[in-house]
Amino acid sequence: MTAVLFQQVSRHFGAVRAVDDVDLAIAEGEFFAMLGPSGSGKTTCLRLMAGFEQPTAGHIEIFGETAEGVPPYRRNVNTVFQDYALFPHLSILENVAYGLMVKGVARAERLKAAEEALAMVKLPGYGARRPGQLSGGQRQRVALARALVNRPRVLLLDEPLGALDLKLREQMQEELKSLQKSLGITFVFVTHDQGEALSMADRIAVFNDGKIQQLGTPEEVYKRPKTRFVADFVGSSNVLTPDFAASLGFPRTYASLRPEAIALGDGPGRKRFTGTVAAASFLGAATRVTVEAAGNRIAAMLPAAAGVPAPGEAVTLSFLPEDLHPMDGEQ
Amino acid sequence: MRSDRNTAAPLGLKIAAGCGLLFMHLPILLIFLYAFTTEEKSYQFPPPGLTLKWFAVTWDRPDVWAALGLSVRVAAISTVIALVLGTLCAAAVSGSRFFGRETISLLVILPIALPGIITGIALRSAFSFAEIPFSFWTIILGHATFCVVVVYNNAVARFRRVSGSLVEASMDLGADGFQTFRYVILPNIGTALLAGGMLAFALSFDEVIVTTFTAGQQQTLPIWMLEELVRPRQRPVTNVVAMVVVLVTFLPILGAYYLTRDGDQVAGGGK
Repeated sequence: MTAVLFQQVSRHFGAVRAVDDVDLAIAEGEFFAMLGPSGSGKTTCLRLMAGFEQPTAGHIEIFGETAEGVPPYRRNVNTVFQDYALFPHLSILENVAYGLMVKGVARAERLKAAEEALAMVKLPGYGARRPGQLSGGQRQRVALARALVNRPRVLLLDEPLGALDLKLREQMQEELKSLQKSLGITFVFVTHDQGEALSMADRIAVFNDGKIQQLGTPEEVYKRPKTRFVADFVGSSNVLTPDFAASLGFPRTYASLRPEAIALGDGPGRKRFTGTVAAASFLGAATRVTVEAAGNRIAAMLPAAAGVPAPGEAVTLSFLPEDLHPMDGEQ
Repeated sequence: MRSDRNTAAPLGLKIAAGCGLLFMHLPILLIFLYAFTTEEKSYQFPPPGLTLKWFAVTWDRPDVWAALGLSVRVAAISTVIALVLGTLCAAAVSGSRFFGRETISLLVILPIALPGIITGIALRSAFSFAEIPFSFWTIILGHATFCVVVVYNNAVARFRRVSGSLVEASMDLGADGFQTFRYVILPNIGTALLAGGMLAFALSFDEVIVTTFTAGQQQTLPIWMLEELVRPRQRPVTNVVAMVVVLVTFLPILGAYYLTRDGDQVAGGGK
C-alpha cells in the first residue's frame, strides 16, 4: 500500500518555487530519504506531509486519504523536529506522554506507555528530568520516543542527526534503522548528508531547486546518477562532457563514470583513454589520481598495488563500457 | 561597567549616592510619619505628638471607601481588558509575519510613550465628539490604553522565546489550537502575563492625568487625594490613604519583578 502519495505537488512562497511539480509514492514500511542541499525543497515536502504547509497546487494522499486541508493534529503522522522542540516546562515523561494526554488517554495508562517508549530509545528512568538537563543526543531520543508513543503510520524525521557529533550520529543511524525494521513504520527522513541517506534508506529522492532530480535505490543513485547535479552531490562521480563521451564511442550526452570503475592500463573489452596526471594522493588502501584528458578532469581510484603515477606523467586508463552511464536527465 | 569588588568607592561618591537616595526616599518616610501626627492643619516638624486616631477616622470616612472602591474596580477591569487584548496582540505580532507588523507594534506601544495629558485630551475630545457621557467606563477605557501596553510588552518578549516549533510540535502530537494554547503557550507565558497584569493594575491604581480628563463626577483614589490636599481639615487622613496606596501599588510591582526574574531563570535553564 502507498503510505504517502504526491501528485504534481507544488508549494510556492511568493515567487519562490520551494516545491515545484513533485511526484512521489512512498510505500508502506519503507525507509525513504529526501536528500538535497539546503533550500532544495526537501523540508517543505516533509512539512506538506506533516500538514504545516498546504500545497499551492497538486494532490497529496496519506494512506489513500486526501491530505489537503487536514490540520496536523488530525493526521496519523508524527514528526521528529530538527531542534527536537521538547516542551521546556514539562518533564521528559510528560513530554513523551503529551500526545496521549491531548487524546484523552488516562493518566496511569499514558505514563506507562511513555515509560515503555523511553525504554525503547534506551532512556529508561530519565522521565523525571527536564529537557534542559539532557544532552543533545538524549534529547534526540526523547523526541523520537515522543513521536513513536503515538504509534504513527508515518514518522517524519527532519535532519534528526544534524546536531549530533560524528560518533553519536553513526550510532543513531544504526539504531534508527533497526527501530524502523522492528516497528515496521514508514520513515521519511530529510537529510543533506548523502552518506546518511545512502547507508540508511531503502530509496532516496534527490532534491534540487524544488524538483526531484532522481528517485531510486541508494545503489542506483550512487552508480547511475541521472543528472550532473546528482553525480556531483551523491558521492562525486566523474561527469564526462558529451564530446568526450562521443569520442569514446558513446552517445553524445553527458555521462557519469565512478572513480573506482577506472583502472590503470588496458585490457580486453575495455574502453581506454589517455591523459596527463594532474595530482595524485595516497589514501592507504587506494590512490586517488586526477587525470587531465581532452579538457575533462577525471578522478580515478587506483588500488594501492597498481603503483602511483607521478604528476605530469602520461597514463593510459580504461574502464568497462557498462560502467559508463549516459545521463538521460541532461542534454 | 563593573566595579571591582576589592576597590572601595571614594568617600565623596558614597556621600553623594547616599544623599541621592535620601532625597528620593525621605519624603516618602515623611508621608508615613505625618500619618501619625496629632496636628491636623499643618505639616509642622517635628510633629507635636503621635497618635493612631487617624486610622480610625479614615476607616469611618465614606468618601475614602467610595474612592478606594472605584479605583480597585477600575484597575481590576482595565487589567482584565489589557490581559485579553495585550495577549492577543502579542500572539499576532510574534506568531506571524504580515504587512505593517512593525507599525502595529509601534502603535500599540505609543500610548505609554505619549504624555498622559495628550492621551487624556485626545480621549476626552473623542468621547465628547461621540457624545459618550463620562462615566466609570470612560475611565476604564482611558486606563486600558496604557495597561494594554504593559501586558503586551511583557507577553511579546516571552512569546518570542516560545519558539514556533513548540507550537508545531504540539499540533503534530494531536493537540488542536485550544489545547496547544492551554498546555504549551499558557504555561510558558503565564508568569509574564501575571507580571504584566500586576504592573497594569499598579499603573491604573495611581493614575491621575488621564483619569482627570476621562472621569465624570467620580473620584478615584489619587484624585480624591489631590482634592483633599487643598482642604485644611483632617490632613493626616490623606497620609493614611497615601500609605495604603504605597502598599497596594508597591507589592504588585515587587511581585512582578520577582516573577519575571524567575521566568528568565526557567527559560535560561532550558538552554
